[in-house]
Amino acid sequence: MSLPVAPKPALRRFQQARWDEPIIFDLTTPGERGVLVSQVEPGVREAVGDVVAALPASLRRVAKPELPEMGQMRVLKHYLRLSQENLGADFNVDIGQGTCTMKYAPKINDQLANTPQLTAMHPHQDPADAQGVLEIVWQLERMLAEISGMDEVSLHTQGGSAAIWANIAMIRAFHEANGEGEQRREVITTIFSHPSNAAAAKAAGYEVITVYPDAEGYPSLGALKAALSPRTAAIMVTNPEDTGIYNPAIREWVDAAHAVGALASYDQANANGILGVTRARDAGFDVCHFNLHKTFGTPHGSGGPGSGANAVSAALAPFLPGPRVVRDDDGTFAVAEGGELSIGAVGPFFGVIPALVKAYSWIMALGAEGLLAAAETAVLNNNYLMAKVLAIPGASAPYATGRRRIEQVRYSWEELHQETGISSEEIGVRMTDFGMHYWTSHHPYVVPQPFTLEPTESYSMAELDEYAATLAEVAREARETPEVVRTAPHNQTVHHTHHDDLDDPDRWAITWRAYQRKYFTAESVAS
Amino acid sequence: MTAPFVHPYIPNTAPESRAAMLAAVGAASVDEFYADVPASLRLGRPLDLPAPFVAEQDLARHVRGLLAKNRSTQERLSFLGAGTYNHYVPAVVDEVIGRSEFLTAYAGEPYEDHGRFQALFQYQSLMAELLEMDVVNVPTYDGYQATATGLTMSGRLTGRGRVLVVSDVLPAKLAKVHDYVRAHLTLEHVPTIAGTADVAAVRAALGDDVAAIWVETPSATGAVEAALQEIADAAHAAGAVVVVGTDPIGYGILTPPSVSGADIVTGDIQSLGLHQWFGGAHGGFIAVHDDPTFVMEMPSRLFGLATTDVPGEYGFGDVAYDRTSFAHREEGKEWVGTAAALWGIAAGVYLALMGPDGMAELGEVLLARTRYAQQALAAVPGVSLDDDAVHLREFTVTFDDVEAVDIVTALRARGIEPGVVVGERRLLVCVTELTSQADIDTLAGALAEVTTSDASSSHASHQAAKEQNR
Repeated sequence: MSLPVAPKPALRRFQQARWDEPIIFDLTTPGERGVLVSQVEPGVREAVGDVVAALPASLRRVAKPELPEMGQMRVLKHYLRLSQENLGADFNVDIGQGTCTMKYAPKINDQLANTPQLTAMHPHQDPADAQGVLEIVWQLERMLAEISGMDEVSLHTQGGSAAIWANIAMIRAFHEANGEGEQRREVITTIFSHPSNAAAAKAAGYEVITVYPDAEGYPSLGALKAALSPRTAAIMVTNPEDTGIYNPAIREWVDAAHAVGALASYDQANANGILGVTRARDAGFDVCHFNLHKTFGTPHGSGGPGSGANAVSAALAPFLPGPRVVRDDDGTFAVAEGGELSIGAVGPFFGVIPALVKAYSWIMALGAEGLLAAAETAVLNNNYLMAKVLAIPGASAPYATGRRRIEQVRYSWEELHQETGISSEEIGVRMTDFGMHYWTSHHPYVVPQPFTLEPTESYSMAELDEYAATLAEVAREARETPEVVRTAPHNQTVHHTHHDDLDDPDRWAITWRAYQRKYFTAESVAS
Repeated sequence: MTAPFVHPYIPNTAPESRAAMLAAVGAASVDEFYADVPASLRLGRPLDLPAPFVAEQDLARHVRGLLAKNRSTQERLSFLGAGTYNHYVPAVVDEVIGRSEFLTAYAGEPYEDHGRFQALFQYQSLMAELLEMDVVNVPTYDGYQATATGLTMSGRLTGRGRVLVVSDVLPAKLAKVHDYVRAHLTLEHVPTIAGTADVAAVRAALGDDVAAIWVETPSATGAVEAALQEIADAAHAAGAVVVVGTDPIGYGILTPPSVSGADIVTGDIQSLGLHQWFGGAHGGFIAVHDDPTFVMEMPSRLFGLATTDVPGEYGFGDVAYDRTSFAHREEGKEWVGTAAALWGIAAGVYLALMGPDGMAELGEVLLARTRYAQQALAAVPGVSLDDDAVHLREFTVTFDDVEAVDIVTALRARGIEPGVVVGERRLLVCVTELTSQADIDTLAGALAEVTTSDASSSHASHQAAKEQNR
């Protein structure tokens, strides 16, 4: 064939890297070293003698840990190959992980954070030596206070669920301080709020009541009112919910909670579509949290570290975690321990500092106009994508028929499933063959055969078109060549995986040593 | 603003795209999408935020300018620990976790995110070798959370409500654990003797209502618990679970807690290949034996091996996913969410680089430098060690005649962070493999100058303070 090159086909001919890497323990070569340890000076050795021999026998490890022995480049190569077998947000049209707000995490922010002026800072250093990082923490708190409308902000938690925990911990402390700790034993949430709202409330000792939506998919105010009582400690809700539906009666929800003396806690994991449009305070909430790794553009790190920001009204401020960064009258920044009512530390020190610097940088790159543009574009992208998805035969968007959505949609393949027997999970696996992420939803599957798409502001019209076209192709395959879908993946690092062993205590292998013991020792062979 | 707002992070701010997309969905403006947001809840004004730096070069100058105000531990001589530690981070660790594929991924499935599943399975497995336990979780937030969850697991396992805290614990960690477990458990302190557990008092405090004994080793003062086996035997005889909170950095040379009877081993991985980050880079591990009654109480994700359609190919998946709050909301075990996966990958790379010999040598170096620092500081007139326990990395000293805060102030003026104040006359000093003999000698010399010049208080008040701070 000679030039010109033929036009590209309609869909990407993707192939994920397939290095067929062994597990690292099988790469060991006795005697190889990855890094060497700097030995102590002769003067130290002379002064202290043989410190290992001096240990009590109970403290002296008998045999060295059975870690692999590998030269440095071999370790590097192994992990770089694994990295190529991972589809980061920088590589794909990462809109299939609805609720998770996969947006661009700017490279400049990584560069700015990766400096010894941050990485080599110790949290107990003289605050005079930490003015830069303390100022960033303080400024970020102020900016998030404005974005939420709340009075005070804590940046201590390391993820959204940790922030939810801090919310309920503050609510619990608030009621106890008011002498109502024994009385208020219930927390109300909705089925389309993140599951951690229910789970963290339970862990804090509360009974959990879950409210389901009305026929139109809106959280039912009537059901809420029926559940509220003097026993209610709080409502803990997401809005827009994971359906992308904004609860238009949210103010009434908050007022109803307040009417029985309960607090209102707002999970703002889904805030990306409403930045600069509407605020937690405007709806009357007492406490809310943002996920900085979602809404404020910090990288997701293969599952963390994320970062949570808890924002509260003045009434809740005394309960915020410590330590706090404060600005003195002369403009210098200092560290203050939490007060008497503080719930105390929720984690070490000041929170996920690299994420805080990146979130600060993200906001400072956009400003008020940019935040609003991000929200409006995320919503535009979502409604554009929804029109494309609903044009695919077999796809639907349950609830709120004909209405617009905010930043995401929980769709359903129920019709396609009825017709072909292909499940949403199978479609998701097939989507990976085209280099696309795809997520169904949290359990339980209230929406049958669910999938949840959240396009955020980061993707161009052409990328949204590509994703929708890929979905349409997989739906077509489900009808015309279902075996292709059922046996997927075909272009991935590994092939169809068998998950039966993962739920059997006799057969699961959570570590290499357990795997060796269970499957390759005399004991296991005998059984 | 007259020009349309077009931002590099938001491709569809390009006016043509925006117009085309609005037309495609039949909307006159984006306002239509917000029909469900009542007018009374609309902000109706621009957010009051600082003027942005929309050009990248301006943003970089601004943020670099702020960070330039910091003076890091590379510019100061630091003996600071107390939860965050200055260990050497091999370049390969930073290279791997800086890779976009890992850094920007999130929650993909075991196919398109095979790499992170394998890297985290290997992290679990490498930690398991160091700890000599068969089950390790995908990292939770930090060592505080890990120990808190280890204790709530013990409560669910035993149906009991008392926890005996038999070691000295960092106050912040204690505060976190207390608030986390208090709906289900009460913490009861058994005072330590000479830095470690008072075994007789522990035995006396045990009863059939004790869910767990919580042993912290190394303790908040760096003391290593030598009597763990005796404590564990007593706990098990009473039907209690032994929960250990630890830092795994020394287990190349020290006996891991599982060998001495620990049932649940928890701790922080910051020491294993993570920079100090102003205390902002922590991850927590929870390790148990391969006993389903324990495993099924773990809230975290656990990645396990699986077969695929192709012989010789390793697949991965979630082990016993039904435990989690992702699967069953409030009926799951506590809760799980975004935590510290990238730091787990880092710790895995670190352990792979160090290997058995590296971890053993590091453990020995830490013991030697700690011992040397203890000797050097104890040789300073007016400075004494508080106990004769085995210490790893950290230990406390008490000053005869000076307040610890004054020592810190005086030494900061010389560019030295001598440690963390943990009592009126008591200082927590930390050394790592990065602390040289010359560094320690410098600290000792500076302390000698400061303590002799500031001598004032009586020996009696020193003794009182010492007792008080136990």
